[in-house]
Amino acid sequence: MRYLPKSPADRESMLKEIGAASIDDLFDSVPAEYRLTRDLDVPRQHSEHEVMEAFKVFAAQNATGYASFLGAGAYRHYRPVVIDSLSQRGEFLTSYTPYQPEIAQGTLQALFEFQTMICELTGMDIANASMYDGSTGAAEAVMMAVRVTGRNAAVIARTVHPEYREVLTTYAQHQGIPQTEVGYTANGRVDVAALDAAITADTACVLIQSPNFFGTIEDVAKIAEIAHAKGALLIVSIAEAVSLGIVKPPVEADIVSLEAQSFGVPVGFGGPYCGVIAAKEKFLRQMPGRLCGQTVDTEGQRGFVLTLSTREQHIRREKATSNICTNQSLVALMVTIFLTVYGKGLQELAEQNLAKAHFTADSLAKTTGAKLLFEGAPRFNEFVLTTPDTAAAMNAGLLEKKIIGGLPMAQWYPELGANASLWCATELITRAQIDAAAEALASTALTTA
Amino acid sequence: MSDTPFVGTPRKATTHTNQNEGLIFEKSSPGKKAYRMDALDVPAVDAAALLGDTLRTDNLGLMPELSEIEIVRHFTRLSTWNYAIDLGMFPLGSCTMKYNGRVNEAVSRFEGIAEAHPYQPESLSQGALGIMKQLQDCLLEITGMDAITLQPAAGAHGEFTGILMIRAYHESKGNARKKVLIPDSAHGTNPATAAVVGYQIQNLKSNADGAVDLDELRKAVDEDTAALMLTNPSTIGVFESQIHEIADILHAKGALLYMDGANMNALVGKTRPGDFGADVMHLNLHKTFSTPHGGGGPGSGPVACKAILEPFLPTPVVVERENGTLGFDYNRPQTVGRVRMFYGNFGMFVRALAYTLANGPDGLRLTTEDAVLNANYIRAKLEGIFDLPYKTRSMHEVVFSDKLQAKFGVKTGDMGKRLIDYGFHAYTVSFPMIVSGAMMIEPTESESREELDLLIDALQQIAREAAENPELVKTAPHTTRIRRLDETAAARKPILRWQGPPQAVEADTAAKEW
Repeated sequence: MRYLPKSPADRESMLKEIGAASIDDLFDSVPAEYRLTRDLDVPRQHSEHEVMEAFKVFAAQNATGYASFLGAGAYRHYRPVVIDSLSQRGEFLTSYTPYQPEIAQGTLQALFEFQTMICELTGMDIANASMYDGSTGAAEAVMMAVRVTGRNAAVIARTVHPEYREVLTTYAQHQGIPQTEVGYTANGRVDVAALDAAITADTACVLIQSPNFFGTIEDVAKIAEIAHAKGALLIVSIAEAVSLGIVKPPVEADIVSLEAQSFGVPVGFGGPYCGVIAAKEKFLRQMPGRLCGQTVDTEGQRGFVLTLSTREQHIRREKATSNICTNQSLVALMVTIFLTVYGKGLQELAEQNLAKAHFTADSLAKTTGAKLLFEGAPRFNEFVLTTPDTAAAMNAGLLEKKIIGGLPMAQWYPELGANASLWCATELITRAQIDAAAEALASTALTTA
Repeated sequence: MSDTPFVGTPRKATTHTNQNEGLIFEKSSPGKKAYRMDALDVPAVDAAALLGDTLRTDNLGLMPELSEIEIVRHFTRLSTWNYAIDLGMFPLGSCTMKYNGRVNEAVSRFEGIAEAHPYQPESLSQGALGIMKQLQDCLLEITGMDAITLQPAAGAHGEFTGILMIRAYHESKGNARKKVLIPDSAHGTNPATAAVVGYQIQNLKSNADGAVDLDELRKAVDEDTAALMLTNPSTIGVFESQIHEIADILHAKGALLYMDGANMNALVGKTRPGDFGADVMHLNLHKTFSTPHGGGGPGSGPVACKAILEPFLPTPVVVERENGTLGFDYNRPQTVGRVRMFYGNFGMFVRALAYTLANGPDGLRLTTEDAVLNANYIRAKLEGIFDLPYKTRSMHEVVFSDKLQAKFGVKTGDMGKRLIDYGFHAYTVSFPMIVSGAMMIEPTESESREELDLLIDALQQIAREAAENPELVKTAPHTTRIRRLDETAAARKPILRWQGPPQAVEADTAAKEW
């Protein structure tokens, strides 16, 4: 086996030095009846070339060469080449959690830079060193709000990503956190009157997403005012992080739960991504996850350490703020490199997204019988379109032209009907693809009409 | 290093050569750029008009502005401040720092794999589903379990999923039960997990061998017990030989056995948890299956279970359709629900499967054997030099204590730090908690005899230093760019982000030397 650095003679002499007659002597604490005496029934040993070939076959069975208008929590943005050149360096890739800071300053300083940039972008005071992803991050943010306020209920906007809401339900079910769902109005924004009515003296927090699942940007200041008036915290979840380049950060929020996948992380069939929780400084002690902090060494030099670990499971065990241990460090590094490459240019990137999405929306809406939903409130790079036939039928027509159309919405929002779909256009969508999609949509509409 | 005495002639000591480098923000200057956007091929928009009062107007605060070469140098220089498997051994017990095969990285970047959107049509996702299915089949065979989910994002997330499933199972029988038993040798994630799922924690005292005390267990298990969370081999690296009896005691009262699979790398190809009585377990793909630790993640924590728990798996599950294609099944009425959006850390599934294929059945078994051989070799060479609190047979790791060195005032943490000067990462310090002054060493299979001998030599030297020059050990490390850091100050007055432009904070003291 090519990964194993021992010769047969090494093994033999080491066994001798241990005083064991055979390797199986070392497994004699496993009762004989449970010892596996056959080969595992897994594929035979592959050469490196054979491994490559096996995955080429898998890769070819996935969509390639399609123009995709899918977003909905996983966004395709350009990934500068240096992200992989740098994050693939063995010193980053194959290092451990930086519990020995003297030989982990590279990872620690990068995390400190990550935390700083997340604070700058979200308008929060503090940010942690990452969570698994945006969905679990939002659930952890709700549990954090429950600890902060001593209240136990949560009010959730129906325009939060449906899978985020499902994860929250899973997390909250044994924590005694009742959830109330609040709907949306004709412009796609949270129904603030219903929201106001839903908040009670038990409400620990209001959770919204902005831009929300429909791509609509919420009136965060207004919602914060309503929540705060009743003593509840406001948590803003952000699934499309590139929006922060041009959309006002949710500074009125108490906690921001960000999915940073858009910042240089491949869509990769849904993971690994990079969640992160940012918050007002006063909530620091209730923050879940690892935190990197600045300090000095015995000679007064600046250095970084994982800090405030008394919140965490390896110290506090069942009284910890979360059970999270391993997080998404390497992905946070990719995010940090992406944000360093774009820096203030994130605004230009976001503006291109805005332009592409508006052009796409206008082009597709020209299809006879098609209509944009939720007009009247600002959007970022996604929109909901209703088409003359079902989203499934329209998409089938588009697929023939090697175009993956919008995501059918009825599975989560039956009230929008079978003809509604969620479209996304990032900077990577080209004019030619938009024109082709508009044309294919129009011809599919004609055929099915 | 000239002023740093070593006893003897250490062969792998290091000066950790590297360059100074400030924070990225301190290197930023207005107007620099490391990117260029594509030419815009659609009409430009008036963002202010479109976004109105939701427009961002702060010019993105302190976000940095640099050129590409500066960014490359910045992160390359930072990287040289890290120790990594590619540089040498991490004898970190419980963490399983093994070699990360590079072909795993290569295949995960194939376009059809890296660019697959989680919501693209099932018909265009057969490759991704095929990877998941083949990995699932391999993991089921390796664990001897009946059903599996790949959704959990890390080990602790897997524990959460497994305990949720146990709770759902008990609820389906009409009573969720109240408590989860956890040995005093357990990882901290175990009690934290049980608490999140709404269980009370009852600690279980280990016996004189560091194993589960069957009498204690019998006393503790009752009709309120939902499960025992057990790491096997245990955190002292010992196989629980009475594992089936443990399972029987639990099952007799209707309780289940959760196995923390953090140490599964001691068992692959040699024995299967499903055969010896575990009902549900998680695997750490970033430990046993060689996906990179990446400085603290991403991980991946699949959960495998017996058939009785299958109805409760998170949704969706991968199924084979009648026409032979693969798909996701969301219609699972008894599911515990979703624990993560989409399908989990898919990129880690790719790497774990590549590792499994590269090994095959013979390679997986030899990997386990080498890991156990290495740990026992270290034990044989260092027993007597360090105190060995438990004499039971070691598997993939060995736990010493600092008892013999503590009399010179040298603690496990000091010797771990001193190991850094010898060109190694520290071993796991002060864990498991049942051993006072624990020094937990796990070499993994990835170390050659030569590298093991270097580690053994270094630890022998450190033991001599502890006796002859304890201050040298107590003030280690001496050769790193940063000395011991003031962690108390970091926690007392937390600085968790860059505070502002260079003139507003204390200048980078390292930079002054230029």
